[in-house]
Amino acid sequence: MEGDGGSEIKQWCLSQVKGAIDDDVTEADIISAVEFNHSGELLATGDRGGRIVIFQQEQESKTLAHSRGEYNVYSTFQSHEPEFDYLKSLEIEEKINKIRWLPQKNAAHFLLSTNDKTIKLWKISERDKRPEGYNLKEEDGRYKDPTSVTTLRVPVFQPMDLMVEASPRRVYANAHTYHINSISVNSDNETYLSADDLRINLWHLDFTDRSFNIVDIKPTNMEELTEVITASEFHPLQCNTFVYGSSKGSVRLCDMRAAALCDQHSKLFEEPEDPSARSFFSEIISSVSDVKFSHSGRYMMTRDYLTIKIWDLNMESQPVETYQVHEYLRSKLCSLYENDCIFDKFECCWSHDDSEVMTGSYNNFFRMFGRDGQAGVTLEASWESSSPRCPLRPWRVCAGSRRKEDEIGVDCLDFSRKILHTSWHPQDGIIAMATVNNLYIFQEKLN
Amino acid sequence: ARLRAEVLNCPSMAGADGDDSLYPIAVLIDELRNEDVQLRLNSIKKLSTIALALGVERTRTELLPFLTDTIYDEDEVLLALAEQLGNFTMLVGGPEYVHCLLPPLESLATVEETVVRDKAVESLRKISHEHSPVDLEVHFEPLVKRLASGDWFTSRTSACGLFSVCYPRVSSTVKAEIRQHFRNLCSDDTPMVRRAAASKLGEFAKVLELEYVKSDIISLFTALASDEQDSVRLLAVEACVSIATLLPQEDLETLVMPTLRQAAEDKSWRVRYMVADKFSELQKAVGPEITKNDLVPAFQNLLKDCEAEVRAAAANKVKEFCENLPEDSRETIIMTHILPCVKELVSDTNQHVKSALASVIMGLSTILGKDNTIEHLLPLFLAQLKDECPEVRLNIISNLDCVNEVIGIRQLSQSLLPAIVELAEDAKWRVRLAIIEYMPLLAGQLGVEFFDEKLNSLCMAWLVDHVYAIREAATCNLTKLVEKFGAEWAQNTIVPKVLGMANDPNYLHRMTTLFCINALSEACGQEITTKHMLPVVLKMSNDQVANVRFNVAKSLQKIGPVLDSNCLQTEVKPVLEKLAADQDIDVKYFAQEAISVLALA
Repeated sequence: MEGDGGSEIKQWCLSQVKGAIDDDVTEADIISAVEFNHSGELLATGDRGGRIVIFQQEQESKTLAHSRGEYNVYSTFQSHEPEFDYLKSLEIEEKINKIRWLPQKNAAHFLLSTNDKTIKLWKISERDKRPEGYNLKEEDGRYKDPTSVTTLRVPVFQPMDLMVEASPRRVYANAHTYHINSISVNSDNETYLSADDLRINLWHLDFTDRSFNIVDIKPTNMEELTEVITASEFHPLQCNTFVYGSSKGSVRLCDMRAAALCDQHSKLFEEPEDPSARSFFSEIISSVSDVKFSHSGRYMMTRDYLTIKIWDLNMESQPVETYQVHEYLRSKLCSLYENDCIFDKFECCWSHDDSEVMTGSYNNFFRMFGRDGQAGVTLEASWESSSPRCPLRPWRVCAGSRRKEDEIGVDCLDFSRKILHTSWHPQDGIIAMATVNNLYIFQEKLN
Repeated sequence: ARLRAEVLNCPSMAGADGDDSLYPIAVLIDELRNEDVQLRLNSIKKLSTIALALGVERTRTELLPFLTDTIYDEDEVLLALAEQLGNFTMLVGGPEYVHCLLPPLESLATVEETVVRDKAVESLRKISHEHSPVDLEVHFEPLVKRLASGDWFTSRTSACGLFSVCYPRVSSTVKAEIRQHFRNLCSDDTPMVRRAAASKLGEFAKVLELEYVKSDIISLFTALASDEQDSVRLLAVEACVSIATLLPQEDLETLVMPTLRQAAEDKSWRVRYMVADKFSELQKAVGPEITKNDLVPAFQNLLKDCEAEVRAAAANKVKEFCENLPEDSRETIIMTHILPCVKELVSDTNQHVKSALASVIMGLSTILGKDNTIEHLLPLFLAQLKDECPEVRLNIISNLDCVNEVIGIRQLSQSLLPAIVELAEDAKWRVRLAIIEYMPLLAGQLGVEFFDEKLNSLCMAWLVDHVYAIREAATCNLTKLVEKFGAEWAQNTIVPKVLGMANDPNYLHRMTTLFCINALSEACGQEITTKHMLPVVLKMSNDQVANVRFNVAKSLQKIGPVLDSNCLQTEVKPVLEKLAADQDIDVKYFAQEAISVLALA
């Protein structure tokens, strides 16, 4: 049942692997967010140590088909530090949960990054000039004899080596009681939302001292709590529309025009449950781990534990497409529950032209699906088994023990190696994803 | 900082060839690039001093090019720089050279920080008036065009604010170009730019010839008012006010009203909120006839809107809207169209709506007159006085004066009293604080008799409230009451009660006596202070609590000026001297302070 359409689907080549190739991984180095900016020229990663690394597409090779997927480090900075909430006696981890780029407004670039509690706006800018000339000291810092100053000297800017600076511009704090799982910038370019387990807040980018609560699903009595918010995103074109997914597998679409508080959704996307397939794990595996609008704004994709579903915004009753990501795990849910893997939150992404979708799996596998109804391919992010510019070989996962060279048995899968975070270049066939502490960049093979 | 200290320590080091007036300037210039933001900011704020020392020539050729490249700095530095440059004309050599200021302001107009950009635009607008008509076309207008066609939307948003200042002063060819640029920005791809254009639409319309207002502005206005972005549409409502003012009455119906009607019924509550918020301005702009036919039903709908924010905004405008209705039909419109909606709002489900209404509803009584007020409004006031939300009750009480003028307060007093008592005893201290603040007003409206009978005990009870802020406000309230009712009234009603608290077992209450005396002595005058208050204060100097004793010292210092000198010498001085020898250090300190302030040493 796994992809036999490999030859139909586009071929992908490994472009680059970033990060230390080392089995000994420190916790802080584990990548927790990957995100291309709107032009695809920059690629940001965040890690559990609160750092953000920004890669820039090689200027010279940008137009060359075979090396356009080459990115180099542009800027590295510490976005969040570990903190302690003294009121609640809680440690606040520095882990970066999400990164979102703002549409470019001037020569500098801006991004929002968030940990569990605090969102920050960062400016990444270049500087290639510096002032020279003092009145009262030499350029090397030695002081001059003040009596020797007979005329005033105005400093002059001189060219210098390019320097990239990251500076914090805003800190949006103290608005979330629970852990922030999503941030999303509105198409009006001046507001964004942040979602935690029970609430969604709306911020204006210029104001850090206030935000508006637009969704609140906290029951008066916390014992009645049955559902939490797992992901949320703004519509790419309609400024008034946003969606949020829940731990029960449903997605609600809200219209901010209708009311200031969007507790009443205007659409509810939910697939009727098949009573025959009901089990202890049904609810856990139906929890929405990611929700993404297509670039066109017509469709929306949700990822749950075993599938990707594509919904037409005009049809709430059922998805228009469903893709099995790793259906072979259905028989192993028990052990996946025991080792907590069943709670992994896989992200998903659309290709630049909305014709394909991608998401991660275990064993450093990732899955690509063409929207034409094919079964999709399983590819592996591995520097050992791929050579540059050679197309990746598709894998098959089968129930029994290993038979052929391109097959692997379910029991041989390594569940500690998983691809949770993925991002697709917004204009080109370039994809980026995080294995534990490595960033893999692949490019589509052009003929 | 070391450098600065060195220089400041040796001001006379100027030798034969040095000029000592250069040093401070040299420091200022060097600190333009100091690592410490505060020092850079300090230097930027003294930019005029630097420019003056450099002279106009070097300011133009050296300082301004340096400043033009300084846009990497912190916002606060850039903001200060943008502001300084707006007042720099004389420092670059007067209006003839004012265009030299354009490059640094142009680069400031492209930074991402809105406040900096706005300040740069403000300065550009300011110096545009100092350009000669020729310079305006040669230097200023090309800058506006560059900004308007810039790659980044920050520069395009800045351009929006500059069209209106150059338009009136340029040739007709250039005018046509400016109109074209403005049109382009109104349909820009990014919502940021469209918002900037929409917010400047009204201002730009004002400088345009009427024919272009009709041909250009109206179509832009219509387009922006139906923009896909809510945030753009709502700004068009503001523009509507200015545009309507510019057009002759007979054109309003066809050119403006379709758009305004559409805005009042927009799908987005934020746009409707904007209409509600600007309702009075809109009403004035479109005139009485359109108000009668169009705005009255629109206002009714806003008062009944499904979104509470919109209803609250509309409720806030009820009084103003009614006031501005044409006189001939005012009463009929209010009675038949507005009042029914108002009645519904009194029992709205949302407390913000109710309290917004409560803050203006009393104003209707002056418009409607005595009979209508008694018949129609009074029941509403009474209902709101019993509202579950304290803010609603407070808002009614705080506006009692309007009703008092029309029907006299007696009509209300029956219901007023329970409402006041309830607020006075509210569990939330902020509510109690709010009602205390209205006490002097209420006392004035209700008269001394009613006050003594019903409210005086409340005022005294607040003096022993368990929250300090309430006790403090209660003290302050007593002063205001005495100012209103006079010293004699104070002597009979307040002073005995206040002085009685001096024997309270709770030291906090004993201190309240002192605080009240501090506040009241001046209003009560020398006689009452000397005869009644001073003995109590002096007696309290033997209190066993040190806090009370040092407050005695402070009180004596405070009331000293009211007393005569004989009394100071014979009664106050010995007590202060005794306190100055107290074993408690604070008591000593305040006693000594009082002795020196009262010059008793």
